[in-house]
Amino acid sequence: MNVESKIPLSRPAVFDVARIREDFPILRQKIRGKPLVFLDSAASAQKPRVVIDAMREAMETQYANVHRGLHWMSERTTDAYEAARDAVAGLLNAPDRHEVVITRNVTESLNLMAHSYGRGVLKPGQAVLISGMEHHSNIVPWQMLRDDRGIELRVAPITDAGELDMAAYEALLADGKVGLVSMTHMSNVLGTYTPAERIVQIAHAYGAKVLFDGAQAVVHRPVDVQALGCDFYAFTGHKLYGPTGIGVLWGRRELLDAMPPFLGGGEMISSVSYERSTWAEVPHKFEAGTPPILEGIGLKAAIDYVQSIGYDAIAAHETALVDHALARLGAIEGVHILGRAQDRGGVVSFALDRAHAHDVATLLDRQGIAVRAGHHCAEPLMRRFGLDSTARASFAIYTTLEEIDYLAESLMRVREFFA
Amino acid sequence: MTRETTDMSSDTFDDLRDLYQEVILDHGRRPRHAKRLESFDASAKGDNPMCGDRIEVWVKYAPDGTIADTGFQARGCAISVASADLMAETVVGRSKADAHALFEAFREMARTGKCPQCDATLAEPLERLEPLAGVHEYPSRVKCATLAWHALVSALDGDKEASSE
Repeated sequence: MNVESKIPLSRPAVFDVARIREDFPILRQKIRGKPLVFLDSAASAQKPRVVIDAMREAMETQYANVHRGLHWMSERTTDAYEAARDAVAGLLNAPDRHEVVITRNVTESLNLMAHSYGRGVLKPGQAVLISGMEHHSNIVPWQMLRDDRGIELRVAPITDAGELDMAAYEALLADGKVGLVSMTHMSNVLGTYTPAERIVQIAHAYGAKVLFDGAQAVVHRPVDVQALGCDFYAFTGHKLYGPTGIGVLWGRRELLDAMPPFLGGGEMISSVSYERSTWAEVPHKFEAGTPPILEGIGLKAAIDYVQSIGYDAIAAHETALVDHALARLGAIEGVHILGRAQDRGGVVSFALDRAHAHDVATLLDRQGIAVRAGHHCAEPLMRRFGLDSTARASFAIYTTLEEIDYLAESLMRVREFFA
Repeated sequence: MTRETTDMSSDTFDDLRDLYQEVILDHGRRPRHAKRLESFDASAKGDNPMCGDRIEVWVKYAPDGTIADTGFQARGCAISVASADLMAETVVGRSKADAHALFEAFREMARTGKCPQCDATLAEPLERLEPLAGVHEYPSRVKCATLAWHALVSALDGDKEASSE
């Protein structure tokens, strides 16, 4: 994978988490009189000053609707918004900026796929293959497609370690009926990275296209869609230190061209009459209505920010955090960590004996620690491990080793509380 | 970045004792009524889709129509299990109308921390439910305390499903 070319020369030589933290105004806050320890970034990450400023400045100095105004303000705003598409294309190493479709979030990207690829390209009798560690957003749209169009939904099982069972995965492709593999690139519960390149190689060998849900993965490591060889890739802005309300679907041009539109309305047409309408070219064919203009400007700032730090530094920092968390939490009697994948990112889910995850989260909150508790929008995965809910600590570029120590010490207190 | 961790004495969670009073921890750990009734007249399931908590409640009536026995099976946090157990304890021997009134009063108490009917006829059972009043300071946890009651009322009303949503 071509990593080097994406790292600007201006990146700091050493990853300095204290300096990074200064970029995030919210981290100065105290919660219940204690410093905020925000370990819920996998749900949504905090925003650096550059993102906040970019969106505010746009509203204060150059805001108008895009793609249609003939005036200065609209042209300026269009340029600023379209720069987000270029930034995304650069981030993913997409060969063509027109392959970048702007959506609201990954959920919308996946629903777009279930509609336009599922209903427009796949045929009844074909199948969609997902894994046993998907977020509900990569399950439900395919169930709806199945019930609507008779397109089978298959689920590739995962191992006790929380990794994709590759033999079972290949076996499910063997009859050639799977038209699309739609799979997470990194589990939001287990932290597992799926072996994306092998997944693609095997799927292509059996004639299936591959879509990755990169909501978590793109935050933690460089994603090069050409190196992965995949056909579609989805991610969302708000987990990548950008604003809510903007997501991405990247797809190969010839595949997007062959797909019918998703939503109808303005922006996505070429011409409209009462008899018939014709569609705009990709990506606008899939972008009905006024787009997330300010969010695009914010996402561009977020991508620039992440790239200025550099994915090699980010990945090294987060690997250190995960290793430390696994060691510290794993050493606490009664704490059970879910998933032991070899290749994993900045998410650690755990259960505590005698204490329900919601109670754990409430007690940690009293220490100023924000964790997620519940089924993490992945109920089938939780059932696979015989659990109803877990607590989940997730890490970001601003997370420190000391915060993980503090989590571990607080968890020992929680354990005593429920002993 | 350094963090002061040496001050974490045993009273770390003292302010949480309002929420997790000993009676709640006790009933959450060892619920007395967490059982399916052998014979029952009504039952209902409760579901909180936001957090995944689930409960099933069974009710047996006496010949005079009062509640003779209740049991439940729950999966959920300490607060939801303790609330279900305290509910089962307090509604036995009461009429359906009383159980409904108790539910309304308890729901108010869980939401606001106040006990508007404590001086009325339900003062005694509400006093037993009072340890759960602390949830009003934790808006996301109020539904944990009320889920069992939603299920009970559904059972009393002849419905099969309840949701705390």
